[in-house]
Amino acid sequence: MNTALSWIKAYVPDLDVTPQEYTDAMTLSGTKVEGYECLDKNLEKIVVGRIEKIERHPDADKLIVCQVDIGTETIQIVTGAPNVKEGDKVPVVLDGGKVAGGHDGGPLPEEGIKIKKGKLRGIESNGMMCSIEELGSSRDMYPLAPESGIYILPEDTPAGADAVEVLGLHDTVFEYEITSNRVDCYSVTGIAREAAATFHKKFIAPVITPTGNSEDIHDYLKVSVEDKKLCQRYCARMVKNIKLAPSPEWMQRRLAASGIRPINNLVDITNYVMEEYGQPMHAYDYDLIAGHEIIVRCAKDGDTFQTLDGQVRNLDHTVLMINDGEKEVGVAGIMGGENSKITDDVKTMVFEAACFDGPNIRLSAKKIGLRTDASGKFEKGLDPNNAQAAIDRACQLVEELGAGEVVGGMIDVYPEKRQERRIPFHADQINKLLGTNIDKQDMLEYFSRLELGFDQESSEVIAPTFRQDLERPADIAEEVARFYGYDNIPTTLPSGEATMGGLPYKLRVEQTAREIAEFCGFHESMTYSFESPKVFDKLLMEEDSPLRRAIEISNPLGEDFSIMRTTPLHGMLNSLSTNYNRRNKNVRLYELANIYLPKALPLTELPDERMQFVLGAYGEVDFFDMKGVAEEFFDKAGMSKKPHYDPQAQKPWLHPGRQANIIYDGKTVGYLGEIHPDVADNYKIGEKAYIAVLDMPELLKCTTYDRKYTGLAKYPSVTRDISMVVPKSIMVGQIEDVIEQRSGRILESYKLFDIYEGAQILAGHKSVAYSITFRAGDRTLEDKEVNKVMEKILHGLRGLGIELRA
Amino acid sequence: MKDQLEKIKEEAVRQIEASEALERLNEIRVAYLGKKGELTSVLKGMKTVAPEDRPKVGQMVNEAREMIEAKLEETRQALAKKAREAQMKAEVIDVTLPAKKANVGHRHPNTIALEELERIFTGMGYEVVEGPEIEYDEYNFTKLNIPEGHPAKDEQDTFYINKEIVLRTQTSPVQARTMEKGVLPIRMISPGRVFRSDEVDATHSPSFHQVEGLVIDKNITFADLKGTLAEFARELFGEETKVKFRPHHFPFTEPSAEMDVSCFKCGGKGCRFCKGTGWIEILGCGMVHPHVLEMCKIDPEKYTGFAFGVGLERIALLKYEIDDMRLLYENDVRFLKQF
Repeated sequence: MNTALSWIKAYVPDLDVTPQEYTDAMTLSGTKVEGYECLDKNLEKIVVGRIEKIERHPDADKLIVCQVDIGTETIQIVTGAPNVKEGDKVPVVLDGGKVAGGHDGGPLPEEGIKIKKGKLRGIESNGMMCSIEELGSSRDMYPLAPESGIYILPEDTPAGADAVEVLGLHDTVFEYEITSNRVDCYSVTGIAREAAATFHKKFIAPVITPTGNSEDIHDYLKVSVEDKKLCQRYCARMVKNIKLAPSPEWMQRRLAASGIRPINNLVDITNYVMEEYGQPMHAYDYDLIAGHEIIVRCAKDGDTFQTLDGQVRNLDHTVLMINDGEKEVGVAGIMGGENSKITDDVKTMVFEAACFDGPNIRLSAKKIGLRTDASGKFEKGLDPNNAQAAIDRACQLVEELGAGEVVGGMIDVYPEKRQERRIPFHADQINKLLGTNIDKQDMLEYFSRLELGFDQESSEVIAPTFRQDLERPADIAEEVARFYGYDNIPTTLPSGEATMGGLPYKLRVEQTAREIAEFCGFHESMTYSFESPKVFDKLLMEEDSPLRRAIEISNPLGEDFSIMRTTPLHGMLNSLSTNYNRRNKNVRLYELANIYLPKALPLTELPDERMQFVLGAYGEVDFFDMKGVAEEFFDKAGMSKKPHYDPQAQKPWLHPGRQANIIYDGKTVGYLGEIHPDVADNYKIGEKAYIAVLDMPELLKCTTYDRKYTGLAKYPSVTRDISMVVPKSIMVGQIEDVIEQRSGRILESYKLFDIYEGAQILAGHKSVAYSITFRAGDRTLEDKEVNKVMEKILHGLRGLGIELRA
Repeated sequence: MKDQLEKIKEEAVRQIEASEALERLNEIRVAYLGKKGELTSVLKGMKTVAPEDRPKVGQMVNEAREMIEAKLEETRQALAKKAREAQMKAEVIDVTLPAKKANVGHRHPNTIALEELERIFTGMGYEVVEGPEIEYDEYNFTKLNIPEGHPAKDEQDTFYINKEIVLRTQTSPVQARTMEKGVLPIRMISPGRVFRSDEVDATHSPSFHQVEGLVIDKNITFADLKGTLAEFARELFGEETKVKFRPHHFPFTEPSAEMDVSCFKCGGKGCRFCKGTGWIEILGCGMVHPHVLEMCKIDPEKYTGFAFGVGLERIALLKYEIDDMRLLYENDVRFLKQF
């Protein structure tokens, strides 16, 4: 919300502060000032001049030479402006002065533009006459300004006066951030009230005088409210013999400073009162209201309605409408209808100031897809007691501005008057909550500044109805805190029972995962949780894959962000792709993030959120590097059993011959593999890429940080090497299974030290060599014992069609 | 015999002194002191010596042996020293050649900021608690004092799955879940991903991270809130950091505040970083609204508490001077390697 300081000062006349003081103090008392703009910035040495004489420039067709009376003397100014004539009063910037901008109205230079005397085509010019744009403003704010040319001041302006003053530009426009609970501060009077309380000054509300002729509006119009819950109050007044004209300059300027373009006296009055009181009003053309009757009720499902912006809106039975005797004429609280809008031919009009139910307006605005200034205010819940003041104020302005003849009386449908709220007040409780020792009398003084009443007898604070945010003692505590000053409240640390604190186990395991990934050269990445449903095809995922059953967002930012991911693959591949595209070499990334697996679709309960530890890489990396990271992690997380790898992982996005499920203790805890070249193509990754995905909830069950020391070996070990000819179809994992199963307790370790396929080896076979180490914890092993075990191993290997190499 | 020994000694010393390698010393040792060496052969000639002279000759031979051995040892040490010196000279390396690095990976700036926050708050006895990212509307809004139709529901631009289930817009629902369990006192922070339907640009992302804190105990005051967060700011931004609390509004707390910290770039003098104000807005906070306590079955007459919420990305962007939020989700390794 933007408001000129001069408008605030209209209600707090004693306010005398610099813009910075105002900003700081208002922000600290709870009305946050986001910034301000001094309208007289870079306007220096600008006075009112009277053009005494105009002559043609002897050497330039488009220039004229003016003699200008600036009060103290008459100076000569050369100008190219087409619109000035002798006798005009104009703003003149003198030699050495400054203007804010150029005549084209472009962005204002930070330092302004310095004006110096000089010669124009040989003729001396001692200053410059100014357009409104050069004064840093615009025709929106000063509609009387010519489209291009010098701003002409009123005839009665004295020459030599401060032109900036005359134009009302010695003013500052403040921009406020109003919190949603303070709907009263979405108005100039609301902010003025806060400013008065903040600076200990008197707040003087606008004085509303009685208006209206001797007629009675009830003889003209009938109003009935059918839905009294959604329309808590409906006030109507009438104006006849309307004379449309521009509104006065002071009103135009206040509106323009608030960011509202002046239009004509009636529209401007409505907007002015909305700004001043925070009460939106609507005006109907009385002659277009069928049956001269207004009925407030909800639309019917399937109704359509054309709002005055020309758009057709779809309605349903929850949207509150204003009807006349025959038809709908406006969407309550949001926008009037095309069929009843005020035109330049209007003779008689009806003012509406109502109070509609906030949540309903909010939902209706959403439903019909139209949010207006009015609905933005209504949806926060207005004070119905404000409606009458606003409508009377509007009628007062109509009379003052001569915009028409106000009909006597007001129609007021207000079945249940909103009452002031009474809130228990205990100074000691407030001090206890704030950790302060504020005197009760001081608290009462803050209340009086804020126009809060106090009932001594019952010790209750009485909150006026415009302060709907005040409901319970905690709210009163905040009022005390903000006027005592948040800065003055002491700083302490909580006392009381000590608590342990710390990380849950899950996060500890995730920390281990991070450490290992980073040791192995992987950088941590972060990707979005939502993605496009198209990613499944991009990943070549089977049509019937359960992973395609993803949770859909009902109001996504677009299809690309419309489903909750069921796999971390896309995020990772996308990041690898970005890096590849940017020619980054040897990229290794990991991410720890959730996937979201619905238990049923559509969602009836919260889904299974599974933390995935995903690693992806291209460049100097292969399948076994990825396997290594997984196993390093298992080691560090206390998963001491040997993981197994099942090549039948069946992941369509992976190379069919280079993928495996990772099996730990009989359970699948993840998978890894080389990205299928078709998928790599889809992601435009031009190198072999690898991925490993570990399912943390499954892994978590296998991890432990308990360790037991087993003692260092005292007796010597015996090592035997075997070299085998193995059918190609046999995986070394099968050989290792045999070694483990047949060795019994004396097996210490084994190590693959050679694997070879080639000319010297029987076709369809490979040469594999292992070194196997045996050791007993309690004795030196004898050859005999080791030989026996080796014999068992060899027997087992023969069962797989494996022969020892000669 | 004596002359013979003298000659042997002389010749041995001459040869030892002429030696330039350790191997040569060994040859000399064998030649003079070995089984077939010259001194041994002198001893073998003892049988020609008169028995009464034998001890004397024996002694002379032993003296000669000791003398040669001493000479050998002395020369061996000298030669060894020389050899080591030569080795050292030969093995000089260019220490400015490139290091062999393991190319350790780097952590995401968000995580670094989060771990910093976790370190600070767990140090103060706070527990880290996680909760679901897809959450019931009831926990995300209703139990946090944002009923149906409340304007804050619009302000937070929620992603909906359906009428009852949303992508959480804040991590406060974790606090509601914790309070509901009724185990008091509570000192917790809940970090995690949150979602709001903001279009992606330099300062917005539809998915970002928050860390929200909650303390519930007897006699918790607004002053405690101020003290705790001032301490947090000093830990995070440095001992010199000053804080300022401004009134604000959040449905979940009353009284509510926003906290600014003195600009850590200019120290509060005002610079481009803090837009000339000397202050940077960091977080929202307040005393837990009594109605929130009531909804979680905690008696607001007995217990009070405070809550606060920090945007992790905001901290990361500020602390590491990252000028575009989109960088955080692109995962360009040239970016990630800087942290």
